[in-house]
Amino acid sequence: MRICEGEGVTKHFGGLAAVVNVDFHINQGEIVGLIGPNGAGKTTFFNLISGALATTAGVIRFKGENITGLKPHQICKRRVARTFQSVKVFSNMTALENVLLGSLFGASIGTCMPDANAEAMELLEFVGLSAKKGNLAKDLTIANQKRVEVARALATKPELLLLDEVMAGLNPTEVVQVIELIKKIRDKGITVFMIEHVMKAIMEISDRIIVLHHGEKIAEGPPEEIATSQEVIKVYLGK
Amino acid sequence: MHIIRANQKRFFQLLFLIFILIILVIIPGYVPVYYVSLLLSIFKYTVLTVSWATFCGPTGYISLASAAFLGTGMYVTALIGEKVPLPLVVLFGGLASFLLALLVGLASLRIRGIFFAIFTLGLSEGLRHFINWWEISRVGRQGRWVISAPNTTIFYTMLIILVMTVLASYLIRRSKFGLALRGIGEEEEAANHIGINVNAVKAITFAVTSFWIGATGAIIVTQWSYVDTATAFDVSYSFTPTLMALFGGIGQIYGWVLGSVVFTIITELLLIFPYYYMLIFGSIIISVFLFFPSGLVGVVQKWWKGGLVE
Repeated sequence: MRICEGEGVTKHFGGLAAVVNVDFHINQGEIVGLIGPNGAGKTTFFNLISGALATTAGVIRFKGENITGLKPHQICKRRVARTFQSVKVFSNMTALENVLLGSLFGASIGTCMPDANAEAMELLEFVGLSAKKGNLAKDLTIANQKRVEVARALATKPELLLLDEVMAGLNPTEVVQVIELIKKIRDKGITVFMIEHVMKAIMEISDRIIVLHHGEKIAEGPPEEIATSQEVIKVYLGK
Repeated sequence: MHIIRANQKRFFQLLFLIFILIILVIIPGYVPVYYVSLLLSIFKYTVLTVSWATFCGPTGYISLASAAFLGTGMYVTALIGEKVPLPLVVLFGGLASFLLALLVGLASLRIRGIFFAIFTLGLSEGLRHFINWWEISRVGRQGRWVISAPNTTIFYTMLIILVMTVLASYLIRRSKFGLALRGIGEEEEAANHIGINVNAVKAITFAVTSFWIGATGAIIVTQWSYVDTATAFDVSYSFTPTLMALFGGIGQIYGWVLGSVVFTIITELLLIFPYYYMLIFGSIIISVFLFFPSGLVGVVQKWWKGGLVE
């Protein structure tokens, strides 16, 4: 079943076409990778789905409902959550408070404080941060800040999770841990759509990969196919 | 053990607050009129400061529109004071400010930082000049007579408004909206993406806190029997709450209250030196900011900790 799909999704910044006429779909329960060279329009594409930016043209549907033009908080309520490429944790709040806000707002309505608290604790445990619950987010390492973001996004109870480079800047051990974490998220029944530059990781966990270049979709398919695609190799390595 | 101690602490805090409240309730009968009016002044600035800081503290949006809300409340009294019973006048004064703040909030949602500060300052000054122009050219007068209320009525009305303001602030900060305001101050975009309708939360909190400022304006003006735009929209009402909150310590309600009380008393004491008043006052403020960036609360905490070590 298609959980999220788009037709002719386009975004122009003045004269610059950041995303051009992209058709895509994501099936329920999949892990889909989004790759492409720097400046290919990947983050812009995420911003269009999550409502941070308005599309210039095209339609994005989530579970059959047209969500184009909705505000970020409305899209979150429809169960689409995201993390950010440049980490956006609430720096002067504790890790627990960061996640708690996701539980209190997010897709649920009227969660009471004790329930939200228990839920936030559970999610911190899930991402492996329960020992740091009382630390201010700004005092955590980048790897842990990214975990806080993932937990905060999960707290909003998404069905589709958009991960924007969660592995960037992590060391190899941390990358392996995050791969495990993403698999665990998928096993919870949450569909994952992720931007990643760590090729080894994305090839390992993606069911399907979409490749963007200059805002256009140039390839799509299972990882083995993408890894051997002449066009993708040309884009990444030059001729 | 920890919980019991925390509960005990809260119990004593509550007892202390009730004690202070009882003293404030009975004090007008026992002290000279001068001190009653000093207390009124303290109440006024505390409401202004607590209202200001409840929204501006956590979000980091610096509003310089307090004078606009206070003045609006005053003009509501000037307009309808004779036609409507006093409690309703105060209520309408608050509501007028609430609506004004809601409009401002909705109009200025996209601007942040220094732009928001200048916008709100402009609003305050703009409103003053607009009403002045309207009164002179359309109504044909400058300033208005206002009904006067008995001193005790003003005192107890202000006391009620003060208690409500502090209570409202406390409840907002404890609720999930208080947490949301902090989130907005930290990372507005992220807050929006986790399902917080940031524009609604900002506009409504701004309006709710402005309600108390308007109500204060509506009652306090009955002390003066006459009001014009220069006194009602005095720009110092916009800057003073900001200074008081920073002076006391921006992070805590008791910091805001402490800041307002001490600030008002220092102002009053320094009036003994009319020539050196501003000079001394400026030095005190600068010293506190320089040596105790977290305000008077920082001073108290440092002293408290030092005391415990010895």
